[in-house]
Amino acid sequence: MNDDRSDEGRIDSAFLRGVTQRRLSRREVLRYAGTGVGAAGLAAFLAACGAKSPSPGGTTSVAVGTPDWWSKQTQAGILNFANWPYYIDTSKGEHPTLETFTKNTGIEVNYRPVINDNAEFFAKIKPFLQQGKDTGWDLMVLTNGPQLSELIANNWLIPLDLSLLPNFTANASPLVKDPAYDPGNKYTVTWQSGFTGMGYAPEAVQALGRAPTSLADLWDPRLKGHVGMMSDNTELGSIGLLKLGIEPSTSTPDDWTKAAAELEKQKPLVRGYYGQPYINQLQDRNTWISQAWSGDIFIANQSGYPELKFLVPKEGVMIWHDNMMIPALAQHPLDAITYMNYAYQPLVAAKLADYIWYVTPVPAAKDIVLNQLQDPTVAKSPLVFPDTAMDQQAHQYYTFKGQEDLTEWNNTFEPIIQS
Amino acid sequence: MEQYVRADHPVLETGKTRLGKRLAPYALTAPGALWLLIFFLIPMGAMLVLALETPVQTTGFVSRGYQFTWHFGQFGEAFRLYHTQLFRSLNYATIVTILTLVVGYPVAYWIAFYGGRRKTTYLFLLLLPFFVSFVIRSLAWQFILSDDGIVIRNLERWHIVPSGFHILSTTTAVIAGITYNALPFMILPLYVSLEKIDRSVVEAAKDLYANKRDVFLKVILPLSVPGIFAGFLLTFVPAVGDYVNAEILGGTGTTMIGNVIQFEFLTNNDYPMASALAFILMVGLLIGILIYGRVLGTRQIEEYV
Amino acid sequence: MSAVATERRGVEVAAGQPLRGQRGRRWTSFVLPAFTRLVILYLLVPIVIMILYSFNANTAANTATAPKVSFRWQGFTGSWWRQWNGVPDLTVALKNSILIAVTSTIVATILGTLLALALVRYRFRGQGTTEMVMFLNIAAPEIVLGASLLSFFVLTNFPLGLGSVFVAHVMFNIAFVAVTVRARLAGFSRETEEAAQDLYANPWQTFIKVTLPLIWPGILAGGLLAFALSIDDFVTTNFVAGQTYTFPLWVFGAVKVGIPPQVFVMGTMIFTVGVFVAVINIVSGRKKT
Repeated sequence: MNDDRSDEGRIDSAFLRGVTQRRLSRREVLRYAGTGVGAAGLAAFLAACGAKSPSPGGTTSVAVGTPDWWSKQTQAGILNFANWPYYIDTSKGEHPTLETFTKNTGIEVNYRPVINDNAEFFAKIKPFLQQGKDTGWDLMVLTNGPQLSELIANNWLIPLDLSLLPNFTANASPLVKDPAYDPGNKYTVTWQSGFTGMGYAPEAVQALGRAPTSLADLWDPRLKGHVGMMSDNTELGSIGLLKLGIEPSTSTPDDWTKAAAELEKQKPLVRGYYGQPYINQLQDRNTWISQAWSGDIFIANQSGYPELKFLVPKEGVMIWHDNMMIPALAQHPLDAITYMNYAYQPLVAAKLADYIWYVTPVPAAKDIVLNQLQDPTVAKSPLVFPDTAMDQQAHQYYTFKGQEDLTEWNNTFEPIIQS
Repeated sequence: MEQYVRADHPVLETGKTRLGKRLAPYALTAPGALWLLIFFLIPMGAMLVLALETPVQTTGFVSRGYQFTWHFGQFGEAFRLYHTQLFRSLNYATIVTILTLVVGYPVAYWIAFYGGRRKTTYLFLLLLPFFVSFVIRSLAWQFILSDDGIVIRNLERWHIVPSGFHILSTTTAVIAGITYNALPFMILPLYVSLEKIDRSVVEAAKDLYANKRDVFLKVILPLSVPGIFAGFLLTFVPAVGDYVNAEILGGTGTTMIGNVIQFEFLTNNDYPMASALAFILMVGLLIGILIYGRVLGTRQIEEYV
Repeated sequence: MSAVATERRGVEVAAGQPLRGQRGRRWTSFVLPAFTRLVILYLLVPIVIMILYSFNANTAANTATAPKVSFRWQGFTGSWWRQWNGVPDLTVALKNSILIAVTSTIVATILGTLLALALVRYRFRGQGTTEMVMFLNIAAPEIVLGASLLSFFVLTNFPLGLGSVFVAHVMFNIAFVAVTVRARLAGFSRETEEAAQDLYANPWQTFIKVTLPLIWPGILAGGLLAFALSIDDFVTTNFVAGQTYTFPLWVFGAVKVGIPPQVFVMGTMIFTVGVFVAVINIVSGRKKT
């Protein structure tokens, strides 16, 4: 097949090759598995036994992900859904929206909140995808970032047919449509979004003599030893860029170096670079001011720490999106896309928003939360239903073009964290 | 290590038993060795070989696997980039091992010699906290040691420490965390070897020597060397590769080699680099263990008895 | 000299020991036991906190649907204990963890003990290599261990789940057990065993009635360590568990957003069972070698 046709054609043939023929030749397996003592021999033998890729439901003559292919899919009645913990409405161990979904469609959902970290989950499914095998999941939720870019670049996701997602087209907020990391929503639709801004405790106000207003407050010497930053270098680097007034999504490696220098200057003031436990540091008052995710502060407020506040600094916040997607060779793709469509019903979105407390991609849910679910705290919170002012202050992350890009970013910012 | 059967032993007479005796070690070793071969050596080998491979050239994020290129420069690169973290990990682990030895030896000694009928119970109680998940233990410690928490607030009030003092997010916290989790792994092997010391030997020594210190230093301590070696193995080695304590309790300048490997593998997608680092770690530790074993003369001690 | 006789002698001697000065007596009667109890208490500090806060009433408005552990004391409540089963996934995860820990400990202890016996008692080809492999196994960083094992399982179409976790746990526990049992075996006189064989006991009888009781403390210690390692393992388990949960996996995942109080409740239950077992042991007065 001629590879140099339109984008459509290229994807078809590459994917077709991967799916129908043995993905790894014996020689490649030998190289990949290494030529260690006996390991290669054994591995090659085992690979020969195991490297038969199952073809997705349907014939192999139609390219996966095209409307034709989708029209041939049938509902299987099962959905294997991988998500993050506490990322779906839960009541007494059950998930009401999932139960309604099953009642309406007859699809049983095997819901598993097994995703704790994008890179970690990706590392767990990569061996399957590389060896042309089914990952065991039909639907998964990953944040936009290098893992998503790698999935897309290697054709490890099943393209979506937007005609099967009318609720998305009708109800989704413009912020999640046609994102830079997935033009045209070819592979993903957003599940929830969130802001990375700042969080602070009353001690910070005391030390500064006023409430914090800008990212520069994170560099304030009066807060020395009580500043918390994130250990995710994408978050850290983006904040550095924002502080210098540089738009992260269009930044260049030179900008990154400048931002890194700025972050180095901050280092003597920083108590530590934290992952998710940053919120515990804030709660325990080990840090007084910190980078923070919007939902966390809201949750903390409801869990006995009403004094913590989320700040939208004047330089702006970063917005990230956790997206639903279907991995290659998923056994029940139609069930997955049916669920994707269901999640964009305003009532469903409202119920989810009322529990998850992150940014829902369905603005219409706000009224439902306010009136039907009678939860004004959530409905009026700009952290769950941001207004246009908030939207304008939301900056997108830099979308990595490839491994060299990613390595360059990592090598610029990681040394600040890993000294 | 040689345990030869006495020449006049009746068992030697039968040819059948002699073959059985010859095959015995292989039969005993086979199940464990096979398990380790299939589920450790082969997968690990396949992964470590990546250290000598480079990714096939592609554009963007497309991955086409690796090719074997005898890229020994990877090891030099790994060492150049991360020797600080490597030495820091060795440093921390040494402190941890010394601390656990100092704290653990008296405990093991007392339980072994004076624990009486309750020996096993004490051992069990020692390990009980560890059946309750690591996460819970860490959360509790973080809460107790937080700047505003019980410990620090009172220490400051009694002016034992200056105000503004903090434990969390420091090297001390990381070392304390690793030590806390490593204690049972030092105490149990020590106990195991102390407990088997024949009391009559100790008694004889007491009858011959004037003070308890000599009894301890010249009799008990040398006999417990296998326990010390085992405790060292199970404490020092895992401590070097630890990553989770530095992640949770660490601050700036506490990164260990375990965190680096995590970063290179997961975040940077650099499997060859991660493999090279893992290889340096494993082989480095192996050489260290062998040297230490030689220095302690573990084999010679066994021959004395 | 059987171990039973030794212990009796040890106790006898300690009781009838003449005073070698105040210092000697004080050391063994007060300082050492106090120190030991202090260390045990120190190890228990986080457990005490956990038990305490399992009764913390987190009464904030919206957390009725998603109760989370809070370290800010808000009042006493027994409701989390009433709803101990309120997070079914967590209960399943706990059951899985215990099942895997028990089974993998038994298998790893057997395999490790056999290995230790072979390494100490005999000289054979491949002895040095086996030792080195064991050391390498202890030194291997978990993330590389887990990822390589996952690749291997995927390649061989080994189904991921309780089985794969079991296999992985046995794998990393064998070396720990072997090293611990070796410390027990090292330098052990074979007089008793040879005496038994002189009396024409066959190797199996010798093993069961003589060798095993002598090395039992080592096996027990190794088993306890293996159990602790298995029930608390995260990284390797994370990679090979597929869609199943173990307790650490579930808790690690949840801790990012806040763990439910049931986690503390279950932790307390585990701990209480353990204490119960220990108390039974003391009360029943069984003599352990």
